[in-house]
Amino acid sequence: MANAAGAAPGGHRNAFWGFLSLPGVAWLAALFVVPFYAVAAVAFGKIDPILRTADPVWNPAQWDFSAMNRVIDRVLDPNDLGKTFLRTFAYVGGALALCCLIGYPVAYFVARHAGPKRGLFLALLVLPFWISYLMRMLAWVNLLQPDGYVNRIIGWLHLPGEHNWLNGDWPAVVLGLTYGYIPFFILPLYAALERLDKRLIEAGRDLGASPSRVFRHVTLPLSVPGLLAASVITVLPMFGDYYTNGFLTSGSPRTEMIGNQIEFYLRGTSQPQTGASLVLILSAMLLVLMAYYLVVTVRAQRAVAT
Amino acid sequence: MSRNRPGQPARGLALVTWLYVLWSLLPVLIAIRISFNSGKSRSTFQSPSWRWYFTDPLQSVWHDDSLRQPLRNSLKLAALTMLITVPIGVAMAIGLQRWRGKLSKASNGLMLFPLVTPEIVMGVALFLVFTQVYTSVPRGFTTQLLGHITFSISYVVVIVRGRLAAIGPQYEEAARDLGANRMQAMRLVLLPLLGPAIFASLMVVFAGSIDDFVISSFLSTGASSETVPMKIYSSGRATATPALNALATIMLVFTLAAVGLAALVMRRMRMRQGGGDDVQLGNMAAVG
Repeated sequence: MANAAGAAPGGHRNAFWGFLSLPGVAWLAALFVVPFYAVAAVAFGKIDPILRTADPVWNPAQWDFSAMNRVIDRVLDPNDLGKTFLRTFAYVGGALALCCLIGYPVAYFVARHAGPKRGLFLALLVLPFWISYLMRMLAWVNLLQPDGYVNRIIGWLHLPGEHNWLNGDWPAVVLGLTYGYIPFFILPLYAALERLDKRLIEAGRDLGASPSRVFRHVTLPLSVPGLLAASVITVLPMFGDYYTNGFLTSGSPRTEMIGNQIEFYLRGTSQPQTGASLVLILSAMLLVLMAYYLVVTVRAQRAVAT
Repeated sequence: MSRNRPGQPARGLALVTWLYVLWSLLPVLIAIRISFNSGKSRSTFQSPSWRWYFTDPLQSVWHDDSLRQPLRNSLKLAALTMLITVPIGVAMAIGLQRWRGKLSKASNGLMLFPLVTPEIVMGVALFLVFTQVYTSVPRGFTTQLLGHITFSISYVVVIVRGRLAAIGPQYEEAARDLGANRMQAMRLVLLPLLGPAIFASLMVVFAGSIDDFVISSFLSTGASSETVPMKIYSSGRATATPALNALATIMLVFTLAAVGLAALVMRRMRMRQGGGDDVQLGNMAAVG
């Protein structure tokens, strides 16, 4: 009796919590799952023979993979879309390397050596988050104009290299990506380094290792998970970025990335199928990174919950 | 020799950190200064003026409707996104924290996905769904609003769940023991305790919506649904005047005011409740 009475409200209660999350779940089902399925339905669907618009096919049994195969062939062709993919990898890799090079010392310092100034530094590190991404890019457009401050400083110091930075060259894009995304790299890395076990580092010192040895053999290996998580969270949006180069190089074809091609095919032309196929290819490529981040997040959730 | 002196490497690191801070913020400060330029140049500052804010009768933000319209759109979009997303997200966070079972796990996984999906993927997906499936939804502002809410929900859930885990169930249990029913316990005990997290969510959603370019742009139908980031993108490389910098600066002031207000309220709430927690900051860092 007591058992039954206890069980029924328990089930009830569970249903109540499910009910509470229902609006959010339904929202994401309708506006996240269905849209993603629509991408597949367009990529594997038909093209209206007269209007040349997408004619999505919703039944997976009737999906036609020929358009996708054509796009994959183009992606594998280094003279075609392959070039764009390689370029994207190079830009993202370069920007990530710069993020590590600049971001690690900063995160390390604020997490471990900032002392009483830590609050101030944290506020300064968070500040870029509240400044619109495109405003930050606009700031660089101002600086990199032919008569802007960057060229003026170069001329003033009599350095070589004074030129029109915004003419569609890769350095502007890689620096732009680095500048744009480095806050997203530093903060999670800071959070990871801050939790790092101090005793292990002290133990290394007590056992006679020099600071640089301790850093190489203790601190750095311990920061690997944080570095990985920070890299993943920075790289994911960079791969889909099309506005940084679109803005800084006025959409020069010499700096085109995957995102530019996707945008071009979906909105600029009447080839939505190609665009949708590229989205699926990009998602498949990034799936490993996304899965890694999800696993880490779920684990962290559990650690907090218990 | 020098490497064994404590504080020495830290000084080098401090220098790097200060240089980074300078590099990350100085360009924006220069851009703000240019918005007060009296001349037309966006690279050379002549003398200070309010010309591009309101004194120029044609080209200032106040008088040029092609600048005022995006400002209106962005603020309206961010405010509505905030008001609709936060209740949905808070309810979802409480639900997911306590709901048990397979469906709950699946829902949790679904909730996390938007956080890692590149914006362009979500933008394309929403663009296609509104052009192919939900064709009766009026395109433009309405679809932008629906899109912004979609990518904002998960932020709220993550922030609120962090706080829920820190609070634990004991306060609510105490309220139940004292005779409150479940709704009363939630309304009178849990929601006030969630206050700081709710405020943090409000400002994160507001700032996220203001900052968004990709989703707004994919779901826009032209000038009538242009937002500030879209305006910066479309005219930043063309023949823009410092009025564009003024527009960006106004947007920044709105965001910082919202964030500052929320931080103030959060601080007061936390002081009243006693005991600060770093969970908030950690979450915001994780959410980005």
